[in-house]
Amino acid sequence: MDIAGAFSYHNLIFILKGFGITLWVAFVAIALSFVLGSIAGTLRYMRIPVVSRILGVLVELIRNLPLLLILFFTYFAMPDIGVKLGVMSSAIVGLAVFEAAMISEIVRSGLSSIPKGQVEAARSSGLSYLQAVWHIVLPQGLRRMVPPMVSQFISLLKDTSLAIVISLPELMHNAKIVIAQSYDYTIPILAIVAVLYFAVNYALSLAAKRLENKRI
Amino acid sequence: MKNRSWMTAFVIVTMLAVVALTGCGSNEGGNGNNSGGANGGANGGEPSETSSALDAIKSRGKLVVGVKYDTKLFGLKDPASGKVEGFDVDIAKALAKQILGDETKLELKEVTSKTRIPMLNNNDIDMIVATMTITEERRKEVDFSDVYFKAGQSLLVKKGSPIASIDDIKKGTKVLAVKGSTSVDNIKAKAPDATVLEFDNYQDAFSALKAGQGDTLTTDNAILYGMEAQDPGYVVVGEPFTDEPYGIAIKKGSTDLLNSVNEGLKKLHDSGDYDKIYEQWIGKAPSGE
Amino acid sequence: MPDISIWTDYFGIYMKGFGNTVAASVIALLGSFAIGTIIAVFRISSVKPLRWAGTAYVEFIRNIPLLLVIFVFYYGLPSIGITLSGFICGTIGLMVYTASFVAEAIRAGIMSVPAGQTEAARASGLSYTGTMRHVVLPQAIKIVIPPLSNQFINLVKNSSILGVFAGFDLMYYGDQVAGKTYATFDTYLFVALLYLVLTLPLSYAALRLERRLAGNG
Repeated sequence: MDIAGAFSYHNLIFILKGFGITLWVAFVAIALSFVLGSIAGTLRYMRIPVVSRILGVLVELIRNLPLLLILFFTYFAMPDIGVKLGVMSSAIVGLAVFEAAMISEIVRSGLSSIPKGQVEAARSSGLSYLQAVWHIVLPQGLRRMVPPMVSQFISLLKDTSLAIVISLPELMHNAKIVIAQSYDYTIPILAIVAVLYFAVNYALSLAAKRLENKRI
Repeated sequence: MKNRSWMTAFVIVTMLAVVALTGCGSNEGGNGNNSGGANGGANGGEPSETSSALDAIKSRGKLVVGVKYDTKLFGLKDPASGKVEGFDVDIAKALAKQILGDETKLELKEVTSKTRIPMLNNNDIDMIVATMTITEERRKEVDFSDVYFKAGQSLLVKKGSPIASIDDIKKGTKVLAVKGSTSVDNIKAKAPDATVLEFDNYQDAFSALKAGQGDTLTTDNAILYGMEAQDPGYVVVGEPFTDEPYGIAIKKGSTDLLNSVNEGLKKLHDSGDYDKIYEQWIGKAPSGE
Repeated sequence: MPDISIWTDYFGIYMKGFGNTVAASVIALLGSFAIGTIIAVFRISSVKPLRWAGTAYVEFIRNIPLLLVIFVFYYGLPSIGITLSGFICGTIGLMVYTASFVAEAIRAGIMSVPAGQTEAARASGLSYTGTMRHVVLPQAIKIVIPPLSNQFINLVKNSSILGVFAGFDLMYYGDQVAGKTYATFDTYLFVALLYLVLTLPLSYAALRLERRLAGNG
């Protein structure tokens, strides 16, 4: 083990650069998956004839595939249908699509957990169906979705490490480059990488807990 | 009241997402400009593809080349400087100079043995200069330039290992190699009893050797010499047991680009610059033809 | 249309990988259930050090990537003299990683049974283990099954990471065929189908089970 050598200034900067990419990719993918997943989940909840069915099939397909494969498809197969993305965009799109499928399930089941009677009551008091969903169901459902969503976002942040297979220069990728310099760096570098992931994810989960306690 | 604050939060997050997206889009547009151009150029010229590959590069003003980032001596990203350096990188620079008149008009992209052909076929890169052996099978997929480097497959072992040559590989010997490389097929042919473990890239394979996950690592000697230089605890053993002529790969049918690359290589040899690059990285003059 | 010959010519190779993926998944599933149960018991134990150890395990492992966990086993362990193959490291990594989620699911299930019931059972003369077995666990299991089945589906998908560590799984052989044939899209399409063969029935069964439990509960 060579701690001093592993934690040289250049190595640490290089690792932090990778961490920056990890955070950026995760942030954009989280935002995207939240929007896509919320829309898809709400549409599925509303049981709009054809649309909800198609979305359901899509979500099931995506949810049941390994993310590693989805990343490969966004990177290597999307160009076949005319959509060409760089490494970073592919990683973001792959992560966002995969996690959006998960989020949409969280949204759908969150909304479904609100008793149907409430919608009926709202409608009988003169609101349209859309208004009832928007004003009555969504606000209540959202609150129940916070905990599972945050753990999904933590998953996403961890999953960015899989983009290593398409050579995204994120934290794990850069850590491997540093480790390749000397086997003695392996343990110290893996330790600092673990600390970085842990710090962000644990902070996220603590924030989620506080939010949960405050609201409910 | 509470409901409204939730709605506000939802709207804010949505807006953030949109901002992040567009931000990301423009960001990528900034540094991925040329790849987009490569795409547009190649696609735009679909009807007369053969004549447009070179024109596309010229009109874009940048050559996009796929090189290894993990292979010392050929293409290695240095954590300290963030630069990618090596023999392949210098060849790519020289080609950029030949084609565009300026060696800085070059964009490098990381490829691995596994990703390089799909990336070329997807128009992610104009050419592959990445320790790529010319084989008949690959010729069906891509066009190759003239040979620009002659390597041969060899073995890397930890100092003091009982393995001294390919003949010492017995049943159960764990041989480490890289996915999608010719070395995998070669070693399976020459030492059918060996257990071959394949990794995504050379770094993983070398790390695995250092971790004792295998008895020997096999690939082209030139790459192995780089690993030896990286960690003197490991040595290349035995004579090379294959010929691995490296070529620059170009998308099929781009005749003008291929010609221009071959011309560039020839000029490089004539001017003596090739020998200089070779000596700088390999440490000796190239052996006669 | 995909080129079917890519699928049929290499069918044997895919099946080898498929078999290993199933094996890794089943072993890791059983292992993670065992470890997860122990950790969950630690977490609700009245002995403080055990509780801390359980919490530390769950919080730490849950918050780092699986790739990193396996990386430590594969590249790190040899530095203390333990060298295990990619398949074994990958399977152990899956086990250790999934156990943290399993532990949380089980703990949440047990906590969901009101404390009053435990007290009542104890007061009526049942032992601690008796209370657990006859009162708490039968109720907890209903709450535990849906998240648990989700974790196991995740486990099957996550097993694809073995391919990065020469683990001879479906993904590994998929890479090999893609590298050989250059038919990247078709190869991975078939790999995707094979993963769906495993995960879709599991998802469907999980959904059925969840509905049935919800109906009974």
